[in-house]
Amino acid sequence: MCGIVGLYLKDLSLEPQLGALFAPMLISMSERGPDSAGFAIYGDEVADDWIKLTLRHEDPNFAWQALAEAFKQNLQCEVLWFNNDKVAVFKLQSSAAAAADYLLGNHRDVQLLSTGHSIEILKEVGTPGHISATFNLPGMRGTHIIGHTRMATESAVTMAGSHPFSTGLDLCLVHNGSLSNHNRLRQWLLRRGVHFATDNDSEVAAGYLTWQLQEGASLREALSQAQEDLDGFYTFAIGTRSGFAVLRDPIACKPAVMAETEHFVAMASEYRALASLPGIQEAQVWEPEPATIYAWERGSEGSTQ
Amino acid sequence: MKSIDLQNTPLRELNQQLHQQASELGEPQWQVLNPLGQHNIACGLDQKLRVDIHGHTGYFCAGMNQQAEVVIHGNAGQGVAENMMSGSVRVKGNASQCAGATAHGGLLVIEGDAAARCGISMKGVNIVVGGSVGHMSCFMGQAGTLVVCGDAGEALGDSLYEVHIYVAGSVKSLGADCVEKPLRQEHIEELTALLDAAGMDHDPSQFKRYGSARQLYNFSVDKTESY
Repeated sequence: MCGIVGLYLKDLSLEPQLGALFAPMLISMSERGPDSAGFAIYGDEVADDWIKLTLRHEDPNFAWQALAEAFKQNLQCEVLWFNNDKVAVFKLQSSAAAAADYLLGNHRDVQLLSTGHSIEILKEVGTPGHISATFNLPGMRGTHIIGHTRMATESAVTMAGSHPFSTGLDLCLVHNGSLSNHNRLRQWLLRRGVHFATDNDSEVAAGYLTWQLQEGASLREALSQAQEDLDGFYTFAIGTRSGFAVLRDPIACKPAVMAETEHFVAMASEYRALASLPGIQEAQVWEPEPATIYAWERGSEGSTQ
Repeated sequence: MKSIDLQNTPLRELNQQLHQQASELGEPQWQVLNPLGQHNIACGLDQKLRVDIHGHTGYFCAGMNQQAEVVIHGNAGQGVAENMMSGSVRVKGNASQCAGATAHGGLLVIEGDAAARCGISMKGVNIVVGGSVGHMSCFMGQAGTLVVCGDAGEALGDSLYEVHIYVAGSVKSLGADCVEKPLRQEHIEELTALLDAAGMDHDPSQFKRYGSARQLYNFSVDKTESY
């Protein structure tokens, strides 16, 4: 089943409230996904010559300070970090590749959940309410956020199966549905240099978009081509550094509803996830059309359907 | 009139109170506030009630309705009036997919648009949509009437049995075994009555009629009466 939710602010004065607005949306989708939950939040950007990583370690007492020192010495760079439960956000004056290589060579026990300039991914096994409280989601600020509540069908209830998935810089995807050609597509993408951390079908969709964007496609072009190359059922919500998009497959079995006001754009699997948003009674509320790309990009006006 | 605010009354309590009216009618007029997209609001009614729901509803609102008149002053989620037997359901806004699915009787009016699969497997209900319907509408429709004042999406009436379909606007494509048929006087009359019942102001002669070519299912003209 699964529930997906997204909130993209048009009115940036709401940035300090992003987490508080979003937490009830995520929690309202508990019945659709009680097994694990997570979210990707965008904001708090680092400079272009810095990189931001979200890291996770099974040990809640993991020595993050020691890892910070190791980054400093080995990558010869400035390091800022803070941790939040089992997750830590690291900001390095270095490159994503150098940081990932160092972790791969020296700290295979540390999971790399996201890399980029803006994105932070926080996810755990457990109910959405538990995840929201663990990471203090209501206290978070940012520009846009997408989240997922998982009812496991395609693979086990583990961290590896928890959404959101990020396979490229600042790119994140949440998925309600199931893909049927993910194994073959994963092999195809592996040969083109895309890395995968799990066997999950949704990660393949994220990897596919990453590859398309690396090849120079715009988000809209990548999603357009995805409709040709991805086989299965899906409603996707996609986040990029400055953008937000929603796409349903042509059959459109998986639900989705969207709402827009002058202050925000929101999407959810069901309307009740939007019911707590301010001004929702006056919002434009609609069901996204099948096989239609809905995208918003900061710096451009409105939706570019 | 009895007013129930779903922000401070559990949904089951509302539905229980409405169901109790079936055995003894104590209050015919009901108003529901703050539905907040909850599922299964006012399901399984079986009494001549008037229920006004102010706001957007979730899945299966007014499902299995008998006799009652339910008005949703907002949008409806999936499966509104699913399996309705009699009475009427009116959606002032838009409806999500599978509106009126498998419904046997009564009148479903959607003033806005209905999404995909409107009237899927309908079995006798009359559905009037003021706007457009999405793809696969009236899939395997068995009996009843679907009136669309706007456009219809892909594969309208796929695997159709005996539903009468009327569309004023364009049809993106017809499903298997669904064909356009001539609009005769008897159809104008049927359509006029339904548009009147729904309170829609359209010229019946502007509609096109679609129905089953009867090539896919085992239709026998000798048994027409039983369809």
